[in-house]
Order: sequence, then structure tokens, then C-alpha cells
Amino acid sequence: MPRPGFVLDVDKSTPPILFHHGEGFRLEKLPAGRSRVIYPGEPLAALDDVEAEIHHALHHPLDMEPLPALLKPGMRLTIAFDDISLPLPPMKRPDIRQRVIEQVLDLAAAAGVDDVHLIAALALHRRMTEAELREAVGDRVYDAFAPSGALYNHDAEDPDNLAFLGTTKHGEEVEINKRAAESDLLVYVNINIVSMDGGHKSTATGLASYRSIRHHHNVHTMVHSRSFMDRHNSELHHSNWRMGAVIRDAGVKVFQIETTINNDTFGQDGPMSVLAKREWEWTTRDRVSFIGMQQGLKRLSSPTRRRIFQNHRAPYGVTSVTAGAIESVHERTLQHCFDQHLVEVEGQTDILTMGLPYICPYNVNSVMNPILVMCLGLGYFFNMYRGKPLVREGGVLIMTHPTPWEFHPVHHPSYIDFFEQVLADTTDPKEIEQRWEKQFAEDEWYRHLYRTSYAYHGVHPFYMWYWGSHALDHLGRVIVVGGDVRAVKRLGFKAASTLQDALEMAEDVVGPGASITHYKNPPLVMADVK
Amino acid sequence: MKGLEKLEAVYRDAYAKVPRPRDVVSRASFPYAPPTVPLTVEPRRPEPTLGAHYDTDWARRMPARYGRFLLTEGVLRPVVAGLAQPERRGLDRLADLDGPAIFAANHHSHLDAGLLITSLPEPHRHQVFAGAAADYFFDSRLKATASALVLNAIPIERTKVTRRSAEQAAELIDRGWSMVIFPEGGRSPDGWGQPFRGGAAYLAIRCGVPIVPVHLAGTGRILPKGKNRPRPGRTVVTFGRPIHAAEGERSQALADRLELAVAALADEATTDWYSARRRAAAGETPSLSAPTEGAWRKAWAISAQRSKRRPTTKSWPDLS
Repeated sequence: MPRPGFVLDVDKSTPPILFHHGEGFRLEKLPAGRSRVIYPGEPLAALDDVEAEIHHALHHPLDMEPLPALLKPGMRLTIAFDDISLPLPPMKRPDIRQRVIEQVLDLAAAAGVDDVHLIAALALHRRMTEAELREAVGDRVYDAFAPSGALYNHDAEDPDNLAFLGTTKHGEEVEINKRAAESDLLVYVNINIVSMDGGHKSTATGLASYRSIRHHHNVHTMVHSRSFMDRHNSELHHSNWRMGAVIRDAGVKVFQIETTINNDTFGQDGPMSVLAKREWEWTTRDRVSFIGMQQGLKRLSSPTRRRIFQNHRAPYGVTSVTAGAIESVHERTLQHCFDQHLVEVEGQTDILTMGLPYICPYNVNSVMNPILVMCLGLGYFFNMYRGKPLVREGGVLIMTHPTPWEFHPVHHPSYIDFFEQVLADTTDPKEIEQRWEKQFAEDEWYRHLYRTSYAYHGVHPFYMWYWGSHALDHLGRVIVVGGDVRAVKRLGFKAASTLQDALEMAEDVVGPGASITHYKNPPLVMADVK
Repeated sequence: MKGLEKLEAVYRDAYAKVPRPRDVVSRASFPYAPPTVPLTVEPRRPEPTLGAHYDTDWARRMPARYGRFLLTEGVLRPVVAGLAQPERRGLDRLADLDGPAIFAANHHSHLDAGLLITSLPEPHRHQVFAGAAADYFFDSRLKATASALVLNAIPIERTKVTRRSAEQAAELIDRGWSMVIFPEGGRSPDGWGQPFRGGAAYLAIRCGVPIVPVHLAGTGRILPKGKNRPRPGRTVVTFGRPIHAAEGERSQALADRLELAVAALADEATTDWYSARRRAAAGETPSLSAPTEGAWRKAWAISAQRSKRRPTTKSWPDLS
């Protein structure tokens, strides 16, 4: 029986706590009597028979006809699927997308459907490489569709292949992939690793163009999404839901398939398994493997460390497969996500600490540059709450990460210019949005790299910065422990060499004897703050 | 001399600077030292590694198999031969036995497993595992290791039905291993048999393999339940014809057939084959279970069951 997540009150007997620190780790002693640690729940039991569960979901969907009844000879069928940004870290093969898509295609073959396209719904993310596509959909699917050009990446900048479907009552333009819009049936295959994923956001964002996405990926929306992990209190989701209604009214029929996975991020054995254990339960073997891993990593070069971590594949267990109408499916999926992630936390804290790992949605097989460090800490982790933010307004966020001044030149070209040019000028999200966004978004060179190379869209670093705008608006100070001092300063944060230094610096803002909460993630945990 | 004193002082200083192992250990902090447990947390009980949770996979790897071969042929067989002087009957009934089987016998003594395994014909003798009581044979690391090594035993829960034991046994049978099992679930407390449980029958149906009924006579007198020191004696091991589950047969029905077959072998061992067959045909095979009379009559009746076919060693010539 897996144990749920819980909040530990730190006392003098509490051992040092593991903090992720990029491609490394720190063990930090938190002050007794005023600190607490939020621990994630243990992995929920995985489905015994995933194939049978997929079969059941496709044949017994929620509020829709069974999939076989929707498939007809001569129809146009499009299968869209989540891109490389999900799940994190990538899962061991076979990927759940592959398992679902293969069953969908089996049914389509039985129904005599010839016109089938598969689209990686990557919005403004970088295109997936052949190897990445093969990992997601499997070799059988790739070899059957990619050579004839029927399996490809969505292109949000291809005017010939985008369809304008209308405008919401809030004036938001809805423009999505033309093939998806004009298909008789769009099947969307999701991996809902957190509660932010899925729902109408899958199609309304994943298959949309910049013209459409800019209506919800902006500072105003992000500041009013409290949080964007809580769909019912998220302006980001409200906007996507409005767009979903426009898509539906335009006659696009979506058969939504959502899947959830458990917290088995680091496995139950092997050297990484220690990362998911509670420190006082570390066995001698755990300690030996941790020391070995720590000492080994210290002696490796940064690229080698990165390669080792990026090659890690998580042995997640699939906990649910739900199919049918978008809204019914998504409500059920949310419950599965919350069952795994939600931990009740009493009250806010003055200082929030977090250890940032080596990966975020936008550096799979890539470099975690300083902008992504900001986005992971102030965007994703800060927003992993329901109710109120974990840290009080005016409080301090302390995060640990090496924050190297390093960028992947192929994946993140516009990030480099954003960091050198925009952040050198200002870190205020609103000012950045007004002064710089249009220029980057419409830059022909970035557009060319996005469409033909493997680059994130020119506007993407802006979105990363907006992602953290709610936190920037809320926090009194952000301190990065163990980071590159110049890079941290460029982000507009304070640098500290040790956690003790950072806590002292934080007390300048929140006063002495401040309460501290450590958010121990990954494996994933979401705070339900009362 | 002064030079020597200086040298000694240097040596003493250097020695004082070398940290003592005890100091290093006491100064070590987490993760070099074990973690302390927060006061508000109840320490987690360590995962059980004994009893039904003991992992016996190692006992099927090559080094352990070679070791078991040497132990079976070099130690177990001579010891059993010395203690039990077994007479093996009915091996010809196994001539057509092809592939793995479940050897199910009545159970009187700790000697039974060793006696039965050493009585098995090849290739079963060295490709066999035993189902052994998890709460007795696997309750300490030493006993668990010895049971797994010598008998290739896997732990079987006696007190509750668990999928783990059954699945493990089924997996081994599927991989071609034969099994030795005592369907009574424990040794006889009084020399009489106990009702057969359905585990052996379930596995036979589940894996589609035959059950070979086996009757062991005499081990209860050599090392009965409650005794630690064996008293050498004679034993008879009688193998019956392999039983196959009928189409759609339920495990309890098969277990009943098995019990009847072992009872018929018991009858055969104490009387003769033809008499036993006639009684079996008439449905009059004596039950393995105790009569319902009082305690002394049970003991009296069991003493009358000793084989009449055993040649007796005369201690003095008959001069009459």
C-alpha cells in the first residue's frame, strides 16, 4: 500500500534533506523548530493490464460513442499526440502514447480507414527528431506512416496548413492545424503528468498557431492563473476552454484520450532509487550508492553528467486511461492526478525552498539554461499549489541549481538573444511583453529555425518568463544557491553560495525566525494549501 | 642519542596526527553515518526478507545447483540411507512420465522431504523444488538458506492463502521444475493422516502437469513430530501412477482423488498390491485419517499398520 505524501516538521533529529541541484544533489540541514518539508506520495499502484484498460477506454468512452462506431471507411482521421515535453523524465519504452496509438490504429485498420495522419502537437516547441518520434509512437507506427509523410510535427507558422475557426466572446482568435480541423475525427492522445495538462488545452494550444496562443500565453493570464495547476482557478485554462468551445462549434470532433502515470520517477532499485526515498529510511546500500553517485558526478564533465541524466528513462506505471468527450474525460483525469500528487499543507510560509532538478519540459535532450531555471522554479514549482501559494505574499523563494550561463544553440537560439539583450535591459514581465515580444515572435530567422531546424519558436523565452510572472509579482526576493553568480544576477535574483547564507539573506526581507517550507520535488507533489 | 630522541618525537607527533578509525566513525555525518529519524515520524518497519518473503531465486542458479548436487549425492543420500534404509517401490509406474510433475506425499516427519527427493528417479531428483512451510523453514536466515540450498525449497504460507507462493511455484513448474509437496500442510501429530489441501491439485490444474501420489511409511517412527534426535529404522517409499486432472475438474475434487490414491498406496504398502486393489475396487480402502474412537485405540490401530512384508533380521537362529 503506497504511503501518501505528508508534511514533516523538522526537529533536531531530522537528518539533512536531499535537494536536487541540476545534475547533482545537495544535502541540507534545515533549521529545527521552524521548518517543514513536503514529501511526495509513493507511487500509486499501476494498472495490471494496460492494454486491456486502453481497449476498455476506447470501447466504453465517456459521453461519446465507442471509437469503433466513429471510424468509417473513406473518412479523414487525425491522431495528435503530446510532444517531447511530456512526460518528465521520458518514460521507459513502450511509451504509453505508442500503446494507445497502436490500439487506435488497429481499430482504424479494422474499419478500413485509409486517410490517417499522425501529428506531434508541439505548439511553439521545437520539432521532434526521428529518434524522439520513434520513442514516443514506437517503430511500428513510425515506419508505417513517417516515410509517406503522414507522421509529422505540427507547424504553427505554416499559413497554408492552419485553419482559422473563429473568435471567442473575449476576442481570442482560434487558429489550429488545418488537417486536424478538417478531419472527420481528431483523436488526441495525452500524457497528463500534472493537472495542468490535457483538457481543451491539448488541441487549443498543442495544435494552435502563435496568433492563437498569444491570447493566453501572456503576463495578464499568467498573473491571474492561481494557479495554472488548478484548472478551475486558472485563467490560462479558462481561455483554452473558451477556445475549445469555438473549436467544437466549428464542427471539429475530438475523441480525447488521457492517461495518467504514477510517481515512479527513479525506479525501485538502482542508484537513482535513493532520490525517491525519505532520508531517514536510507539503508546502508542507499547511502553507499548516493555517496558513489555524488562523488562520481563531481568528477565528470558537465556534458557527460548531462548525457547520463538525459539518458534516464523513468519506469512510470500507468494509473489510468480515460477516453471520450474532452470535459468528462478531463475531470476524471484530474482526480487521478490529484490522488497521486496532492498533499494537504496547513498555512503559508515565509521562506520557500526547493531543489531544482536537471530537467524541465523544454530541455529534454538539451541544456537547462538560466531562463529555464527561472521557468522551472518560479513557473512550474511555484505554481504546484491549490488554494494559496505555499509562500506568503512578499515572502522569499530559495532554489538550488548551478544555473550555468549555457545555452543549446540549436534548440534555444532566441533564448540566447533574450538573455543577452532583453534581460540585460529589464526583468519586468510586463515591460518585456510590451517592448520586445512582437519583435522576437515575428523574427524571420527564428521563424525559419523553428520551421526547418529544431529550435523553439522565437517567442518561447518570453513565455518562459511570463510563466514565472505570478511568482515574480508575489515574491519579495528570489535567491539561487550554488548558481553562476553572473547568470543569477542577469535573472534579477540574488546569488548565495550556501543555504545558510541564503536563509540569512532571506531574513533581511521576512525578518528573523521566519518559517521555512521545503518543497521536495521530484517525484511530483502538489500542495493543497489551506 | 639526541638524534634518536628527536626521531621518536617526530614519530609521536606524526602518529598523533593520524586520525583514529573510531574518531573518524564517530565524527562522520549523514550520509557517511546512518540517518537519524525525525521525532514526529514513526520509523518504517524494514521490509520482511524472511518467511514467505524470502527470495530463493539464488538457489536455482548454477553455483547453487552444483552445490546441491554434491550435497544430495554426497551427504543427503548416505544420511537417508543410513537413517531410513528406504525400500522404494512403484518406480516403474513413472516410466512414461515426461516433463515436470508434482510429487505429493503424506507427511510424518522432517525426514520426508529428504527421503522423497533422494528417492526420485532422474531427471526429477536434480530438477525438483520443495514447498516448505514459510513459518518453520524460513523463519531464520540460517534455516532459510539451508532449506533453499539443500532442498531447493520455496516458502509456502500455511496459515493463509497467498498468491505469491502459488505464483512462484507455478512459475517454476512452467520452467520445467518438478515439485515435492505435502498436501496435508504439516507433519502428522499422531501418525495418522490429515485431510489433503487443494494446493497441489490447484497447481497441477494451473500448470497442466500430472500429480504423482507417493506414500511414505516409517519416517514417523524415525523422527516423529516433537523429537529432535532420530532413531534409525526402515522406511517404504511407494510411488503411484501419475494422476492427470480431468477436463474441467475442480481442484478439491482432484485433491480428493489424490488423497484416495495415497491411501491406496498406504494399503498396498501394509498389505499387498492385489488385496489393496480389491479393496480399492470395492471402495473399502482404509482412510489415511484416524478412526473416530478414543486416543488409545488410534495408537493401537496405527501400530497394526506396520508392513507385514518386511523381511525381519533374525537375531538368533531358529533351531526348532
